[in-house]
Formats: sequence, structure tokens, C-alpha cells
Amino acid sequence: MKLRNVSKEELYRCSYGCAGCASVLAVRLTLKVLGRNSVFVVPANCISTVSCYYPQAPFFVPMTVMAFAATGAALCGISAGFKRRGREDIHVVGFSGDGGTADIGIQSLSGAIDSGYKFIYICYDNEAYMNTGIQRSGLTPYGATTSTTPSPCFENRPKKDMMRIVAAHDIPYAATACTSYPLDYMQKVEKASKVNGPTYIHVLAPCPTGWGFPPERTIEIGRMAVESGMWQLMEFEGGEFRITHTPRRRRPVAEYFEAQARFRHLRLEEIEAIQREIDASR
Amino acid sequence: MPGKAPVKKYITANEAVAHAARLARVEVIAAYPITPQTSIVEKLASFIASGEMDADFIKVESEHSALTACMGARMAGVRAFTSTSSQGLEYMHEMLAYSSGGRYPLVMANVCRSVALPWSIWGDQQDAIQQRDTGWIQLFTETAQEALDMVLQAYRIAEDHRILLPVMICLDGFIQSHTEELVEIPDQESVDAFLPPYDPVVTLDVDDPHSISVGGFGKHYAAWRKEQQEAAERAKEVIVEVGDEFARIFGRHYGGLIEAYRIEGAQAVLLTMGALVGTAREVVDEMRAEGKAVGLIKVRAFRPFPAEELRQALSQVKAAAVLDRDCSYGYEGALATDLKAALYGLANPPAVLGFIGGLGGADVPPERMRYMLERALSVKKGAPSSAEFIDL
Ligand SMILES: Cc1ncc(C[n+]2csc(CCOP(=O)(O)OP(=O)(O)O)c2C)c(N)n1
Ligand code: SF4
Repeated sequence: MKLRNVSKEELYRCSYGCAGCASVLAVRLTLKVLGRNSVFVVPANCISTVSCYYPQAPFFVPMTVMAFAATGAALCGISAGFKRRGREDIHVVGFSGDGGTADIGIQSLSGAIDSGYKFIYICYDNEAYMNTGIQRSGLTPYGATTSTTPSPCFENRPKKDMMRIVAAHDIPYAATACTSYPLDYMQKVEKASKVNGPTYIHVLAPCPTGWGFPPERTIEIGRMAVESGMWQLMEFEGGEFRITHTPRRRRPVAEYFEAQARFRHLRLEEIEAIQREIDASR
Repeated sequence: MPGKAPVKKYITANEAVAHAARLARVEVIAAYPITPQTSIVEKLASFIASGEMDADFIKVESEHSALTACMGARMAGVRAFTSTSSQGLEYMHEMLAYSSGGRYPLVMANVCRSVALPWSIWGDQQDAIQQRDTGWIQLFTETAQEALDMVLQAYRIAEDHRILLPVMICLDGFIQSHTEELVEIPDQESVDAFLPPYDPVVTLDVDDPHSISVGGFGKHYAAWRKEQQEAAERAKEVIVEVGDEFARIFGRHYGGLIEAYRIEGAQAVLLTMGALVGTAREVVDEMRAEGKAVGLIKVRAFRPFPAEELRQALSQVKAAAVLDRDCSYGYEGALATDLKAALYGLANPPAVLGFIGGLGGADVPPERMRYMLERALSVKKGAPSSAEFIDL
């Protein structure tokens, strides 16, 4: 896939998402790859909330709003139904937040991967339960404040490693991505769409409202996440992990933290400790 | 009657239900094991393995997912089936309301069992009754044959464009699920004549995209809910209509929303749901032979509730004894409550005596049924009633 080939057609428009919302951007990018031959399952989260209240209908492909915990199972049922009808060509896409994926929906996701049906499960990760007002999730990074881990306390556990969790299911294809690297993301969606089985894409989607940065910095913040090593772009395929993008310059994590309100309370020693951990994991 | 002669076999109600799902040409099955339901899905899995049935069996990791996957299959325009019991039904609770509000014509068999705590794998109807307000049509059956026949009818009722509501066919754990009875298994041709292929109103159609199962504010929300209520009310007629048509093709008729048994001139009537009706019939026969004016009402539809039918049937009766295999703790049995509400406003309503029994698999022997009817015979009209536990 080349940038100049990317479809100009917008199949998701006029949502009520906040200005600068990367989660909304992730939906648009996904549909630019998959086009009209796809159906979306969106559980309770920001995307369904900003898209699903009748008579609003920003999805120009068929979509259904699903119960918070049920995305994986819905994908299996729909995929099985399309299989029965000889329509395995249709892309069955789940679009679930970090909470809907790593917390309440993890069982259903696990069962869905295990079922072997063909679908693309996309976890858009804004690192908290944003829809209900910025509560922590299992994917909130260590050190961040949320409304349930307020300052001076902060999230005291590391971000769950969803890639290792899905890899442990021997999933045929999985990848991480970030909306600030649209081509990389879209290539991964395209790759997933060609797999005849369950696939998982975990896309980091910066959230100006929840992370505390101005909307015009969304793309920059996502780049900082990758450049600082707080987030890595990779693939899991054929049982192997592979890094798909190595930043040319490495930023100190302090720069990433300073740009967002949710990390403001961190003391120098705490930031240094996180930096040491990132360095050690390279 | 088209087709070849039907097969008669000694089978359990669970096996009968599996045959019904096969004959309904279900294409997607998603279910999870739980006693006493498990043998339904095992049987279906073996039908698929042996090639007797052409369907996808989705391996799911829970009942929540089982019901969701069935909904997903319906969204793709395909007929689905699941079954469960007890803890499994409770675990589905969120998706029960979700699927009825979304107007998915699902069909599920619930093999009624008590719920924990205290643990018990044995039968009562607490599980199904607890789901009363989830918007599902709930039909109770007495025999293995009725369970089979009602699963077939359930597809017609649920998928009827005037209804589009999910249907739960309830059968009693162990009494039905694990007891063999002589069952007539209809032939495929007759079932096909009765049950046409699924004709969905809306699917996830890439050529005609819709957002389905969405949200709505205030007025929209209320309007959809009102439509749902109207459909549930309409189901009363459709259940009767489908039952009549079934009888025309298969020669078996179960009596619509309620079956009144020997209530002509009865002073006391026993009401209950499910397999215990079988015992109650015999007790009524015995007492009638002794010259006692007693009768029986088998309540087949719990939702929609046959309020009008019950008012008519009981308008001349002195007392109604209700046997509930459930309890709404802090009040009484659910059928007793609903019956009282239905009788409200009758000029001369019968006294209603509430009994709670058959809990956690406890036997309700004929003597207990007789006791309830004797109590009803001797009660003064309009006398206060209670929730009396009869198992102890
Ligand atoms: C069973 C259940 N519990 C809780 C909720 C309330 N709820 C709706 S959305 C949401 C948070 C969603 O978080 P996430 O999946 O991270 O997506 P985001 O809102 O951040 O986009 C919660 C807790 C619900 N809808 N269902
Ligand atoms: S809160 Fe965050 S994720 Fe939700 S719509 Fe706003 S920017 Fe997007």
C-alpha cells in the first residue's frame, strides 16, 4: 500500500467525537483500507457513543452496537453466519476500546480467537475508560492519573501486554500500531484482512480530552509515544514478533510526559525510573 | 399430511429438543455445557459430526458469548440455536435484555434448574422466572413431545414479522431432561411445510448498509419500547395461531396460552407450569372421581402473560391454588403475584393461595397436590393467602 493509493472516500463522517480524537481517526483509516465490503461491531465505548444515537448514522457500512463485554462473540456469530451464506469475503471488524478489550471483553476475545473464525479485532487504545469519564483500565500506563487513580496517587501497575496475550493463543496475525503512523496502520489492517482466521490489531489512539493535551497535538503526541519507547510498532506472525518501525531519534520519556496533564504529577525520580525501564527493555 | 410416517422413539426431552433444532434447519449453534442442559448440545454436536445436520457449531467460552454469537448469526441472516440452564441463564442476563430490545428472533431452550446459593443442580424454575422482565417470550412445557413441538413453534413465533422477539422454551430439569418418553419425531418434509426458511427484516447487508441495534434518546427510546410491548402483547394471538396451524399439520394441540383441565363447575383450581402438570392431572382425576369439584390450569405462556384467559377461566371459581417452583424473596411466588394482578377488578374474584414447592429438585408428590386443592376447597372466598413452603 502506498499513500497515493489510499482511498479518498470517507465511510465514517460526522461523528460527535472530540476535536483531535485519534480514535475517530482510527475508524476512518480502517475504512479507507477495508471499504464498503465490511461490517463493524462496536461495543459500548467512545466510538459507539459518538456514532450511534438515532437518527445519527456516521457509519456508511453496516454496523451494530454491541454490549461492552461481547465484541469477540459477536464477531464469531456474524462471521459464522456469513460463512454459512458463502460471504466470507465480507470483512467482519470489531472496534473496541482498551477497557472493552483488555478488561471486560478479554474473555470473549479469548474465546473468539480460539473459535478460529475470520475477523479483524481492532483495539483502539486511548489508555482509559474515556466514555465514562477517564477511569483507569488495564491498559492505563504506569504513572498516569485518571479519575479513579487521581493525583497524588497514580496507576501503579504496568500496562497489560495484550500482544503477548493474543500471541499466546497462537493467533495467525496480530500487530500494534499508532494513528500517528497511518500508513503503517493501514498496511497492517490490509494484511489482517487477507488472513483467513482471527486477527488482532492494537492501535494506540491519543485522546486530547483524557490525556490532557491540546487537540492540534494529537499526531505529535502519538509520535512522541513511539519515539520515547512508551509504545512500539510491531507484528506477530508465524509465531514470531517483529518490530515494524524503529524511530530514527529517541526522545526522552520526560518530553512525552511533560506534554500531557495525566503525567504532570510525576517526580523526577519516578520519570527516571521509567526511563531506565524503557532503556532496559530495548 | 405430507411426507412419510413419523418416527416414534423413547428419548429424553433434551434429545427431543436437539431433534427440533435439527429439523428447524438451524445453521449456527453456540452453547456452553451446564447440567441438566448439556445433553442437548452434545446431541447437536453429534448430529453435526455424523453429517445428519449441516450447521456451524461455534465453540464459545461462556453463555454470555453463546447468546451473543446467536445474535451475531441472526445479524448475518442465519437461523441460530442455543440452550442453557440456571447459572448459565443468569450469566446471559445482560444479553437476554439486549437481544429482545434489539428484536432478535432468537430461540433458546432453558432446562429449568435452581440457582446458587445454595448450590443445587436439581430442578426448579427460579432461573427462568428471574428472567421474566428481560422481554423474552417464555413458554413452559410439560412433556418431551411438547418440548420438541414448541421449539419448532418457537421459530415461527419469534421470526413472525409481527413479533420479532426471542422465545425461551422452558423444560423442567431432570423430570423432562433426563426422563425418556415416547416421542414422535416429525419428518423433515412436514417441518419444512410448517417452518419456512428464515426471512429477516434487516441484516448487516453491505449492499444496503444500516446501523442496527443503536441508541436513542427520550422519545425514540420510549417509542421503541412501546413497539416492543405491543409486539409482546400481539404474541398472544400469534402463539395461538401457530399452535393451531401446528395441530393441523402434526395433529398435536396443546391449548394456546393456557390449558384448562376439568375446570367445568370447579370450586377449586390448581395452577402450575411445566412438568408437574402431569402429576396434577392425575390428582384432579382422582379427586373428581371422589366427587370433589376441582380442576387444573396449566399455564403455558408466562410471558406474554395470559391475564384475560385466566380471568375468564377463573371467574366462577371459589379459590385458586398456585404452585410456584420459584420465589420472589420478600414477597411470594411469581405466578401467584401475576395471577392476583390479572384477577384484580373481577366482580367476584377467587381467593388465591400461593404455594412454593418443588425447589431444588424436591418431589411434589400427589398428596401435596391434593393438600393444596383441599386447602383451596375449604378456604373462604376472598380470604388472605400466603407463600407457603410445601417441601418441608
Ligand atoms: C457491563 C457494562 N459495564 C459498564 C458499562 C459502562 N461503560 C460504558 S463504556 C465504558 C468505558 C469504555 O472504555 P473503553 O473500552 O476503554 O473505550 P473508550 O470509552 O475509552 O473509548 C464503560 C465502563 C457498560 N456499558 N456495560
Ligand atoms: S474522550 Fe477521547 S477518545 Fe473519547 S471522543 Fe473524546 S478524544 Fe475521542
